[in-house]
Amino acid sequence: MVSVWVFIEEVDAGPSVLGLELLAKARTLGNVTAVYLGTGSDEAFAALGEHGASSVLHADAGDRLPSGPLAAALADRVAVESPELFLFGQAYTDRDVAGRLGVRLGVGVLSNASDVRLTDAGVETDHEIFGGSQVATASSSSGPFLVLIRPKSFPAEPVGGDAPSVVTLELPDVGYSEATVVESHVEEHEGPQLGEAAIVVSGGRGLGSIEAYDLVEKLAKLLGAASGATRAIVDAGWVPYAKQVGQTGKTVKPDVYIAVGISGAMQHLVGMKDAGTIIAINKDPDAPIFSVADLGIVGDVHKVLPQLIEALENR
Amino acid sequence: MKVVVCVKQIPDPATPYTLEPGTHWLTRPEDQVLDDTDRYGVEMGLQLAQANEGTVTLVSMGPAGNAQGIRQALAMGADKALIIEDGELRGADALTTSRVLAAAIEREGFDLVIAGTESTDGYSGVIPQMLAEHLGTPALTYAKNVDIGDGKVTIDRQTDDGYDVVATDLPAVLSVTAGVVEPRYPTFKGIMDAKKKPVEHLTLADLGVETSSDQKVTSITEAPERAAGRKVEDDGEAYQAIVALLEERKVI
Ligand SMILES: Cc1cc2nc3c(=O)[nH]c(=O)nc-3n(C[C@H](O)[C@H](O)[C@H](O)COP(=O)(O)OP(=O)(O)OC[C@H]3O[C@@H](n4cnc5c(N)ncnc54)[C@H](O)[C@@H]3O)c2cc1C
Ligand SMILES: Nc1ncnc2c1ncn2[C@@H]1O[C@H](COP(=O)(O)O)[C@@H](O)[C@H]1O
Repeated sequence: MVSVWVFIEEVDAGPSVLGLELLAKARTLGNVTAVYLGTGSDEAFAALGEHGASSVLHADAGDRLPSGPLAAALADRVAVESPELFLFGQAYTDRDVAGRLGVRLGVGVLSNASDVRLTDAGVETDHEIFGGSQVATASSSSGPFLVLIRPKSFPAEPVGGDAPSVVTLELPDVGYSEATVVESHVEEHEGPQLGEAAIVVSGGRGLGSIEAYDLVEKLAKLLGAASGATRAIVDAGWVPYAKQVGQTGKTVKPDVYIAVGISGAMQHLVGMKDAGTIIAINKDPDAPIFSVADLGIVGDVHKVLPQLIEALENR
Repeated sequence: MKVVVCVKQIPDPATPYTLEPGTHWLTRPEDQVLDDTDRYGVEMGLQLAQANEGTVTLVSMGPAGNAQGIRQALAMGADKALIIEDGELRGADALTTSRVLAAAIEREGFDLVIAGTESTDGYSGVIPQMLAEHLGTPALTYAKNVDIGDGKVTIDRQTDDGYDVVATDLPAVLSVTAGVVEPRYPTFKGIMDAKKKPVEHLTLADLGVETSSDQKVTSITEAPERAAGRKVEDDGEAYQAIVALLEERKVI
């Protein structure tokens, strides 16, 4: 049977949602080993089993930046156990580990995939290009295949598997000076997590000022939604990066996405175009966001948003 | 201190991108621009070099065209550029690209290598990490703030919900996010000076690097389109259409 490895980072003492999404795909392709990076616990390993992992390689990097040592350890393991396919998420630490591992193994990395298939000739991956308007299919024939999958490509669902066997992966010295994590800062936020929220209200440069983002927050609160943003206003320093939706931010797939003063650049669309219902407010009738919107309001956010908020408050 | 900044030339993002028939490679015109993503790396490199009596060398791989994008980075203040161009590199995958860039960087010598987190036209997002592995250095990735002193480099590394402070010794590879610094606009003097700065052209043979790629784009298909929705011109009452749709979707 084909052996598929999946890289999973620990978040809040358990596997990340992205990791569970990858497991859901991996178990349809073969026998699954989870490479789990974090403190680890019986509960966390059991969760990996429930989502289809039959074995776990557990690594804890402590305060070392993990990618260097982890790639070194994984390269040795992969050489011995020869998995056909190794899935990572399109996420920060995943990219660091996969890039280094690719160099160690002398194989390429297939980035930004939205789907992956094993074929007689090797591997085939789909990649959304041009803001998701087209799909490029790529192939590679010399494994092991390292594939980075975009978040929200597959739904995470438990299948009720048994507790997996767990082996500790020792992280070696890498031979160059290591990077250490000196301290961690977590930004406080209210309401649901952006990545998991059923409703998302996002604002863009069309709001005109940092103060106007309060309207987005207000609407989000009334709807029990998470608030998001474009990169333009994250770079401008109006809101923290954690709110960024798009290619280099979060991928969201809520039931309803409300885009306020957002033009709909390719890099924003790939992060939200799979929402169930999209509502956009923009004063430019030709704004690209309208091409994906179920309901587009051609109007001024400073007029429409306060009216909408008032109407919802009066209900 | 020797700073090397990786910069990529890309087709102007304001123009529609097209793919070449057969290979599905991005069409690259004579006139290309400096990837906006790399302006942050160039600015960071210039500031660090200035504070540490250093120099900034640009390294770029790809069809150079008239090298206008590289001149943009030289006009900002970089000292010189290495361009690696070779017919065999068309359609190179990330592994090959990183091998070529690493070989050029090693030939040049470095204390610090700076790259963007992902390019606008390719966005594989793994080149800096791959460079670090080739060069045998730590990779401080996704920096949104950088400090250097006493042979140590410390960054604020962007995370999903905040940032980590991460430190290491030089030499090192950095990848910088947009927003790490405010890139300067070239001055008239900078633009004139850039014309005289050294630009060296190298081929694969000069670097002795082998290409490896077996990755191919086999087909391009149209993604299923979202059915076009309804557009409502705001006449003062358009908010009611939103309320009605939210009710219909049972979210209020
Ligand atoms: C490598 C790379 C990665 C990127 N990643 C991301 C990403 O992850 N996420 C992301 O969002 N972007 C990303 N971008 C940036 C992206 O290309 C756009 O620049 C950005 O999304 C634009 O943000 P915006 O819509 O807020 O601003 P703009 O494009 O400036 O649009 C503002 C809109 O507001 C409208 N407007 C103005 N005033 C009003 C008003 N009073 N009422 C109503 N409407 C008004 C305008 O008509 C306009 O359409 C990336 C770019 C690159 C190169
Ligand atoms: N062909 C290239 N020439 C020079 N630098 C590059 C090249 N490709 C990628 N880079 C650097 O690596 C970063 C990440 O690119 P990518 O991995 O393509 O997303 C870019 O922002 C550049 O700094």
